[in-house]
Amino acid sequence: MNHYDAIIIGAGAAGLTTGIYLSRAKVKTLILNEGAVGGQMVLTHEIANYPGIESISGYELARNMKQQALKFGCSIKSNIKITSIDLNSTPKSFVVNDKNIYSADVVIIATGGRPRALGVPGEDEFKGKGISYCATCDGDFFQDKEIIVVGGGNSALEEAVSLTKYASKVTIVHQFDHFQAFEHYVTEAKNNPKINFIMESKIIEFIGDEKLSSVKIQNQRTGDVSEKNVDGVFIFIGYVPNTEMFEGILELNQYKEIIVDKNLATNIPGVFAAGDSIAKRYRQVTTAVGDGTIAALSAAEYLNKFEKAELVADEADS
Amino acid sequence: MLRTNLTHILSENEHTKLLQENENVMVCCGRMGPMCIPVYEVMEELETEYPHVKFADMEFDIPDARVIRNLPECRNFAGLPFVVYYKNGKVVKATSSIQNREQITSILDQYFGKKVNETAEK
Ligand SMILES: Cc1cc2nc3c(=O)[nH]c(=O)nc-3n(C[C@H](O)[C@H](O)[C@H](O)COP(=O)(O)OP(=O)(O)OC[C@H]3O[C@@H](n4cnc5c(N)ncnc54)[C@H](O)[C@@H]3O)c2cc1C
Repeated sequence: MNHYDAIIIGAGAAGLTTGIYLSRAKVKTLILNEGAVGGQMVLTHEIANYPGIESISGYELARNMKQQALKFGCSIKSNIKITSIDLNSTPKSFVVNDKNIYSADVVIIATGGRPRALGVPGEDEFKGKGISYCATCDGDFFQDKEIIVVGGGNSALEEAVSLTKYASKVTIVHQFDHFQAFEHYVTEAKNNPKINFIMESKIIEFIGDEKLSSVKIQNQRTGDVSEKNVDGVFIFIGYVPNTEMFEGILELNQYKEIIVDKNLATNIPGVFAAGDSIAKRYRQVTTAVGDGTIAALSAAEYLNKFEKAELVADEADS
Repeated sequence: MLRTNLTHILSENEHTKLLQENENVMVCCGRMGPMCIPVYEVMEELETEYPHVKFADMEFDIPDARVIRNLPECRNFAGLPFVVYYKNGKVVKATSSIQNREQITSILDQYFGKKVNETAEK
């Protein structure tokens, strides 16, 4: 068993910040991360609202945070999968797919979120062969082609406009009769001659042979289904918290976000949570960094109390 | 310019040479972008675990990347990165868009054999 004072689950902005603070305070800290270090920051081409840095690529910011955490002595294990957890035991323990078991006195969950998928037939099959979740990555594959953008929020409308640089025609498919985006994004999309709209409708199937060639669209009001030929579909329907692993263990709200108090403590003593996986209003790098700070300081305070508690127990034993 | 610790393939000639000199090759052809970076990171980690495989990257936007872009196996790809696995110079598998460590290692294990310590354990 590899024992640490603190284990952080997730190496995005929140987890790395927590790692920086705890390691700097000489708390023996390990970050366990599924996938690459950086989380959603790596998905962001340019971050222009991080105070003190006029503009930086998400990759660069993530790399800097990682270096800073490592410099203070934080250990990071990336590209792992946690196969089982026990948060109620003392110490709290994790089994990882490399067969190692890790334990810690305090745990900070910073598992963030991931793009929401439509979850309809054909979606997995045509990912990278017509279906994309990243306009800046894959937009130029659709030069002079017809594409669909799914969604009605800020990202969907903003990306639809940016995709008109490449596509001959962009159709926005949205499930409601109105958008949930800022007015200026709606106006910009409506004024763009390359964009048209299919409202109150959902894609219910992706069709193709070796690559995507058409989609089935269902009108939500009438139930009518039609098929539309298309070269690409970009999906921007929001993010879901990565909290499946904690269902039935931690208190979650109706959106599966972790419920925390003002110290970012969860319902289990010694377990804190930070960043996009918690129930909160604004999801930004800055708020994730702020959460990471609070969670680290709360965790350090908990560890101090924990050590004192152990001291008392030791004295009682002797 | 790709900022990875992998071997960079800078030209068609280098690509040919790499395939001639190595039995098992994995090439990730992409940009310094969100879907590509996680794949490079996994490859960097796997370099020590799979010493019998040569891991390399290639910038997607240079003209010589046609050696990857124009492969029949990549004909239908519309998502970066394009990853191509070669055995004795022949394509055995190609993938498009982001892939995680498990997906990559399962391809490596299937076509090139298991990682070092796993074979040693047997
Ligand atoms: C396209 C895009 C653009 C954005 N632009 C901006 C911007 O310009 N400015 C800004 O401030 N914010 C921006 N944001 C929002 C910002 O990136 C996020 O709010 C912030 O990065 C969240 O950080 P986090 O650490 O909470 O979570 P994440 O970044 O999601 O990190 C969570 C980490 O936990 C890992 N993980 C998940 N589940 C597990 C598990 N079970 N076990 C182990 N590890 C796990 C994940 O792999 C990931 O590495 C953007 C987001 C996106 C997607």
